[in-house]
Amino acid sequence: MGVPVSIRELLILLEALELRLAFCSIDDFYLLARLCLVKDEKYFDRYDKAFTAYFKELGDIEDILESLIPEDWLRSEFMKNLSEQEKQKIKSLGGLEKLLETFKERLKEQQARHAGGNKWVGTGGTSPFGHSGYHPEGIRVGGESRNKKAAKVWEKRVYKDLDDSLELGTRNLKVALRKLRKFARSGANEELDLDNTISSTAKNAGWLDIKMIPERHNAIKVLLFFDVGGSMDPFVKICEELFSACKTEFKHLEYFYFHNFIYESVWKDNVRRYTEDLPLEEVLRTYSSDYKVIFIGDASMSPYEISHRGGSVEHMNDQAGYLWMNRLKAIFTKVIWLNPVEEKYWDYTQSIGMVNQLLENEMYPLSLQGLEAGIKSLSH
Amino acid sequence: MNFKGTDNYIATEELQMAVNAAKTLQRPLLIKGEPGTGKTMLAEEVAEALNMQLIQWHIKSTTRAHQGLYEYDAVSRLRDSQLGNEKVNDIANYIKKGKLWEAFASKKQVVLLIDEIDKADIEFPNDLLLELDKMEFFVYETGETIKAVQRPIIIITSNNEKELPDAFLRRCFFHYINFPDQATMKAIINVHFPDIQGTLLKDAMDIFFQIREVPGLKKKPSTSELLDWLKLLLADDIPEDILKGRDHTKAIPPLYGALLKNEQDVHMLEKLAFMLRRES
Repeated sequence: MGVPVSIRELLILLEALELRLAFCSIDDFYLLARLCLVKDEKYFDRYDKAFTAYFKELGDIEDILESLIPEDWLRSEFMKNLSEQEKQKIKSLGGLEKLLETFKERLKEQQARHAGGNKWVGTGGTSPFGHSGYHPEGIRVGGESRNKKAAKVWEKRVYKDLDDSLELGTRNLKVALRKLRKFARSGANEELDLDNTISSTAKNAGWLDIKMIPERHNAIKVLLFFDVGGSMDPFVKICEELFSACKTEFKHLEYFYFHNFIYESVWKDNVRRYTEDLPLEEVLRTYSSDYKVIFIGDASMSPYEISHRGGSVEHMNDQAGYLWMNRLKAIFTKVIWLNPVEEKYWDYTQSIGMVNQLLENEMYPLSLQGLEAGIKSLSH
Repeated sequence: MNFKGTDNYIATEELQMAVNAAKTLQRPLLIKGEPGTGKTMLAEEVAEALNMQLIQWHIKSTTRAHQGLYEYDAVSRLRDSQLGNEKVNDIANYIKKGKLWEAFASKKQVVLLIDEIDKADIEFPNDLLLELDKMEFFVYETGETIKAVQRPIIIITSNNEKELPDAFLRRCFFHYINFPDQATMKAIINVHFPDIQGTLLKDAMDIFFQIREVPGLKKKPSTSELLDWLKLLLADDIPEDILKGRDHTKAIPPLYGALLKNEQDVHMLEKLAFMLRRES
């Protein structure tokens, strides 16, 4: 998976480079390119990975020096750019070779002292590696290498948590919540309250008195079906928290529980599931077709639990599970299934494929991305 | 002149680069980050450092894009017409300039802060695309085009409440302010409390970063909370060793109210401290 970026952004980066916003410094380039190309912190990690992959070889400062130090024939060019005074100085320091040697050493030293906040090479006034006098494209790298911290940043992958293809955890729960909220409400626009305006203008002896009212909120209604028992429990907990956190935002939000797959009954309270189950038929009868249905479950079971009568692991079901799913789908047109199993493993479990087929590919991974895609499909 | 932070605002290299790129290329800079990392302050400090006027546009959920350009007050014109007011003949009397207009019309370059753009309606950023890109807009009522005399430095902050549209993002530079590491935090504190005792600072910072690492806090304390806390600690003139000598029998740090803004968080910390005490 890559970072979405368009030509426009590339052109901006080139423009920025032309204006020398980053120059001869891999660290500055890293920052500048990220600034121009990456527009969401969730992509920072991918960017870091790509950057590492491309610039790995350059990571070693020795290599950078090697690649920047001119070849022998270039060195003479290089010397030509120096004033007499500077040439003298180089000589007094033992020639160019020696100088570069010293430079490398100082650079290393400087890295070590960096934490203490000491001066850089070239700014103290004694070093020949000052900003003036030298071929500007030559050794500036020494002066610019202050930002060693960033050199490690893209290898540390500090933004890993922000990538949204990871499964839902407490860290990105908040972001998921925002997505759900967005789903639950539409903008609170104001609109002209015509009746009120007329009556209050009339009361005002014909003086116009405009009244506004907020637009009515979107009335999204949701039925949630959770697979409980066994491996699904931690995910169910997260999802319950997630949805209950924005419960007030939805006009109606109802929870139901099932185990592995839906059959003739579901239950509303997990503790009293054996005493107070609710016939699925009643659910189908009670809620109108404009409800949107979200299943949350791993859909990992024996294929018989879907396809055969009596296939359920818990009880003797008179009718096969898929029949119930079809009945549900006949009433509710918007049905999705969120699956905590990572998408790349879906092919290895036959029942996942079966459920996905039953739902006409409306199965999404339980990640931020999946949630977003699922919600999108529900709102269309 | 490049932005390097100010006397009371520590800007990391990354942030400096971001501001300078936005300034040089004259494109809006979108800033995101945890609450309390100084997003809004950045604009104020940039304005101060570059000696420019700051125009602030704070976005609310009801803010519309055109309010930033101008508003045509049709209602008062209608009222004036009923009164027979002379003003009514010139429509320009009823055009109220918005913040963008103000920024564009300024003779000198200004800093324009569009604060918390994610609070607005989801279409809001889309309605500003052309205005931010070309830095000009058309006033239909009077038929004039307002063009930026000096393209302002535009700083936009977002708290990530809503996704921003791609087309909008493409026109911005993007910078994410990381939570400051220990060294940066120290620099920030030194800027605000230059006379703070070294040991107090160290102990306070240790406690602060420890609290931040407690899993499951509803609201992690941020930079601004740490600064408030230090202010209280200093104002109280507590003995230097109160933080250091803190044993586990003391449940939570003194004056914790500045750090923790949530009752549940306080309870949780107390519980944790209790467990620690039992272990030792």
